[in-house]
Amino acid sequence: MNAVAEGSNVAPVIELRGVTKTYHSGEVEVHAVRGVSLDIVRGDFVAVMGASGSGKSTLMNILGCLDQPTKGAYRLDGRNTKELSRNALASLRNKKLGFVFQSFNLLARTSALENVELPMLYSVPVVSYRERRQRAMRALERVGLADRRGHLPNQLSGGQQQRVAIARALVNEPELLLADEPTGNLDTRTSIEIMGLFQDLNDAGLTVVMVTHELDIAAYCKRIVIMRDGLVISDERNDKRRIASQERAALDQAEQKAQLA
Amino acid sequence: MNFLMVMRLVLLQSWQTAHVALRALRRNKLRTSLTALGIIIGVASVVAMVAVGNGARARIESQVASLGQNLLNIFAGSTRTGGVFAGLGSASALTLGDAEAIRREVPDVVAISPEVTTSAQAIANGRNWQTSIVGESPDFLKIRDWKLASGSMFSDRDVRTTAKVAVIGPKTATELFGPLDPLGQTVRVKGIPFVITGVLESKGAGLNGQNQDDRLIIPYTTAMKRITGDRYVRSINVQVVSSERMTAAQDQITSLLRQRHRLTADKDNDFNIFNQKEIADTANIVTSVITLLLGSIGSISLLVGGIGIMNIMLVSVTERTREIGIRIAVGAQASAIQLQFLIEAMILSVLGGFVGILIGLGVARLVQALSDFKPIVSLGSILLAFGVSFAIGVFFGFYPAQKAAALDPIDALRYE
Repeated sequence: MNAVAEGSNVAPVIELRGVTKTYHSGEVEVHAVRGVSLDIVRGDFVAVMGASGSGKSTLMNILGCLDQPTKGAYRLDGRNTKELSRNALASLRNKKLGFVFQSFNLLARTSALENVELPMLYSVPVVSYRERRQRAMRALERVGLADRRGHLPNQLSGGQQQRVAIARALVNEPELLLADEPTGNLDTRTSIEIMGLFQDLNDAGLTVVMVTHELDIAAYCKRIVIMRDGLVISDERNDKRRIASQERAALDQAEQKAQLA
Repeated sequence: MNFLMVMRLVLLQSWQTAHVALRALRRNKLRTSLTALGIIIGVASVVAMVAVGNGARARIESQVASLGQNLLNIFAGSTRTGGVFAGLGSASALTLGDAEAIRREVPDVVAISPEVTTSAQAIANGRNWQTSIVGESPDFLKIRDWKLASGSMFSDRDVRTTAKVAVIGPKTATELFGPLDPLGQTVRVKGIPFVITGVLESKGAGLNGQNQDDRLIIPYTTAMKRITGDRYVRSINVQVVSSERMTAAQDQITSLLRQRHRLTADKDNDFNIFNQKEIADTANIVTSVITLLLGSIGSISLLVGGIGIMNIMLVSVTERTREIGIRIAVGAQASAIQLQFLIEAMILSVLGGFVGILIGLGVARLVQALSDFKPIVSLGSILLAFGVSFAIGVFFGFYPAQKAAALDPIDALRYE
């Protein structure tokens, strides 16, 4: 069931043990997550799949320390999140986690560069203005948007906005990148670009966990976890992995041909 | 981490948070200025109204002081004819003997002047002028704290000899003599020639609004014998040695006059004594009430302004729910979010306070320019207004900031 294939001697960056999450909506108890145990090692690239209501978003919130499990334990980088205060959790999100959302969630009327700087405003110890600028620029370069640093979100395309969001997630050198339907609002071509970026980052050693309901997007990941009714029903390595860089090259060629014809 | 490092961290983070807050305010310039307007109006009205109140107080005080120091006015009682009140001094009750007795027997009295007044045509230099003819003693200047612009006051000897000499008010002098020096000139009243020995300094309008500068002052003996023909005086003005002795002197004079007028215990006084201190006290109470009233009107607008800030901050928190969610997600601590909104509210109110003070000062200037009234701006009211607007920022910003900090990041991120 558990597919920690490579390097099982390495301490996992994420350890979930019997995690449940129960919401009370009125009189009714909603069991969003009903006992999930999962290990994710450093350098893995995991897709969490499932229909809506399967509990994958709740699981994501727990992984992102935005929510606490009702029962069970979640260890992030060896630390049990249940024992941490609100402030300690904020600091954990700031240092160890990077978030990428379906709707990008950039600050409106704020330049790309300043959006990328945002997490550093809340870092302890304080990051100096100059260092903030430098690191934000480096992160923008990494996603290929250095020339758009002064643009406001509404002056950028969806794919560019998502890349700014990824730069923001990367700027504090996190252990883990959490992406919630990152390509949900993007067209196919831009989706391939974003997945290519994730694959590059993953190749450079970053652990990525991504929620998606699209199988062809999950196909870019190394490991696919499928959830249903709050439980993991399948957890397998992805042997037929799609490689975004190759597909893009093929797509470019096809387009050129189409234009010539 | 030692204490200094913690302080540095707190300062740096507050600085960064202030930056974030400032940027948020700049993004919404119209809303920011409209919100600050509430505080601006409040602070401006407090500053301007307190200045107007203080100006009114100073003006009344100076007018009361212009009456003279430690003054008692003894008026002959009023006559009533068939229920008609004929006015103070209309009864023929006070005599020169009364004045002499007060001077002799009340040791706290340091200056005394029996007063007779009438109105008559003064003729000089080929011109006519209707003016007040006032009979006084040489103590008059001391009692009323008045000085001569030129020349000298008539003497006690002039009083004894019923000399035909006069001291002229500056207004009367201008009307009769124009640019000429009135000293040594002769002015005729009811056909009697008076030699002018002195000119009074200008004192302007008195408490009753009458111009005090339009009068001709002559020895009371001369006035009684040659002008009015009365045996009685209208009033006796007395200066007491100190303000502490005012009440004692008033009591002594009362019993002395009752005794001289042979009033039995069942009869009312046939005279009235006005204590200048009481007038001043009453005037002070009135002006304090005015200042308080004006100040409270301003305070109410400050309160309304503060509620405006809270309202806008609450709207702002709701509107920026998603932004708050993003900030929390990337690791902002609740205290940083709270501080951001608190600082926004404080910047709004302090900025409004600052502009309000400037406008308040401007209004005070304008009042001064458009009238002869002089508002007095006190540093105290400025500091108070500034302090209050700062406090309003903290007070009315606290709840919205609290609300922002308590948002659940998951809900906040989903908020549309």
